[in-house]
Amino acid sequence: MAVEMKRRLLTTSKAVAEGIAQEMERDPAVFVMGEDVGVYGGIFGATEGLLARFGPERIMDTPISETGFIGAATGAALSGMRPIAELMFIDFFGVCMDQIYNHMAKIHYESGGNVRVPVVITTAIGGGYSDGAQHSQTLYGTFAHLPGLKIVVPSTPYDAKGLMIAAIRDDNPVLYMFHKGVMGLGWMTPNPRATGEVPEEPYTVPIGKADIKRPGRDLTVVTVSLMVHRALDAAEELAAEGIEAEVLDLRSIVPLDREAIVESVRRTRRLLVVDEDYRSFGMTGEVITSVVEGAFDYLDAPPARLALPDVPIPYARPLEQYVLPSRERIVAAARDLVAGR
Amino acid sequence: MTPARGAADPSPLARKRARKRPGPDWLRAYERMLKIRLFEDRVNDLYQRGRMPGLAHLSSGEEAVAVGVCLGLRDDDYITSTHRGHGHCLAKGAAVDRMFAELLGKAAGYCGGKGGSMHIADQERGNLGANAIVGGSMGIATGAALSSKQRGTDQVAVCFFGDGALGQGLLYEVMNMAALWRLPVLYVCENNLYGEYTPGTETIAGEALARPRAFGIPAAEVDGQDVRAVHAATGEAIDRARAGGGPSFLWCNTYRYSGHHVGDVDRAYYRERDEERLWREERDPLALARAWLIGDGLTTPATLDQVHAAVTVEVDAGVAFALEADYPDPSKVDADVYA
Repeated sequence: MAVEMKRRLLTTSKAVAEGIAQEMERDPAVFVMGEDVGVYGGIFGATEGLLARFGPERIMDTPISETGFIGAATGAALSGMRPIAELMFIDFFGVCMDQIYNHMAKIHYESGGNVRVPVVITTAIGGGYSDGAQHSQTLYGTFAHLPGLKIVVPSTPYDAKGLMIAAIRDDNPVLYMFHKGVMGLGWMTPNPRATGEVPEEPYTVPIGKADIKRPGRDLTVVTVSLMVHRALDAAEELAAEGIEAEVLDLRSIVPLDREAIVESVRRTRRLLVVDEDYRSFGMTGEVITSVVEGAFDYLDAPPARLALPDVPIPYARPLEQYVLPSRERIVAAARDLVAGR
Repeated sequence: MTPARGAADPSPLARKRARKRPGPDWLRAYERMLKIRLFEDRVNDLYQRGRMPGLAHLSSGEEAVAVGVCLGLRDDDYITSTHRGHGHCLAKGAAVDRMFAELLGKAAGYCGGKGGSMHIADQERGNLGANAIVGGSMGIATGAALSSKQRGTDQVAVCFFGDGALGQGLLYEVMNMAALWRLPVLYVCENNLYGEYTPGTETIAGEALARPRAFGIPAAEVDGQDVRAVHAATGEAIDRARAGGGPSFLWCNTYRYSGHHVGDVDRAYYRERDEERLWREERDPLALARAWLIGDGLTTPATLDQVHAAVTVEVDAGVAFALEADYPDPSKVDADVYA
């Protein structure tokens, strides 16, 4: 007799919070610190409900002192804990970058492997809702440039939970970057792809493994985070025209799954990279370089990219929408690529 | 600028607590201070003979602070250190030979040659690492104290930094958090009167001790050349921290005999030779300790000479070990980027 499995649907923010909660139950060394992670539950919901379950000793609201509490997260990790520190917006990295890069990311190497730094920094990224130039960036390229950090950027509720559990269990500092637009928050633009099936039991998604979110034969769209949603929307539209786009979700920026990128492009022979980070010296350039190094002879067309132009993110809606990659722009770029234009 | 004198005697509470504890092994304290002095002398020598890369920052003259503080710590207590950190590492029990090996960039060093003078970490003795960013380890020490509290241990964390680090905002962030959360952390400021090449009088406004006190953190000024005074003040702070009483701040008046680093030889443009001479001749922590150790009948000149001979042998052996040790293989250069 066929049993209909009941699908359990969660938003990404609830999936993140569930992953944290399950690890906190499993391991008393895991705790959360950050601004408004307690009663508020994190301003993008990543720690919603955790204070009531675990209390203020393990879900710690901090002063607005990113340098201080991110430094403290490193110290706690060096002495037996597994902290999760929330940097409310990635844009605030400027006030605490020394603690992240000169300390958290380097101490393991500097010590010749003597010490380990199992910290997860959770942080919100991305724009599209007129929050201005200091609250809308993604910046994973900035951090990916620096050795010593792992960087994960989930796009779906399933990946979000699995990557969170993997990040907490990892012995390295992991920057866990969630796009506000994938969290499924009621006050953001509705996004059906921000809700999805999530198993109740704990599981991991391996850090450093890309995932084909939609297979296709005509071109590979390499992207991450909210742009995966945009690319899937575009792929549906392209399919109606007979263009089959493969959507490769990197899921992690560091380590970068170059093998998956190269393997896909060798099959489809065309590459479009879509990125919500700044265009120059960033993820798009790195992905294209990987393909030039690993699949040059397979290419039927020069690789193409869509990314933020190199301008601070503007506030006015028409200006912001102008700089962000969109479904329409991905469709147009894919058409040009396939037509050899 | 003249040496600071007459720092406050240990408080009655510290004296009372100190009486309850078994007395420290002062001869061992002297031995540790001497080890730091001879170590630093050899570091300078290795630099001048072109045998050591980099520009090490010597802690000669500041031995009583490192040793006086660490004398009151257990092996499982934590310290974080600074760019001028050799003394802290040795005071916490690091081995001379592996220290020299690290300074020479050898595979046998504490960090396999990847860290160097300013990054020695020794997890087994609670040394979470020296740190080359001024004030950079204040968050780390505070986090280690948070960790002790969360794990329910009575370990304490000591954060060493210099007076130059008073200019870093991180100090005020972490003192605020440590006071709010009553963390078992001791902030030890080594006031050696200069931040790199600039006197503290030009960089520190108001009263330095008023800063921790503004956060409700007990703060004491100590003669940093007197290992007994440092030890007593530390003991009071450590007792308070272990008992859940929260953070403390120690302001230790001391002096950096050498320049900012081994290459800083001509210093007349920022401090006078007479000042250096005065500290060396009248306020030397080793000479002071030697005087009262003998004067109080705790030891004899002959015993101290034996200590000197033994430490010299240890330091010489450490240098020889490091000089002969192998460099790390370049194939290991990308190991330890990730755990």
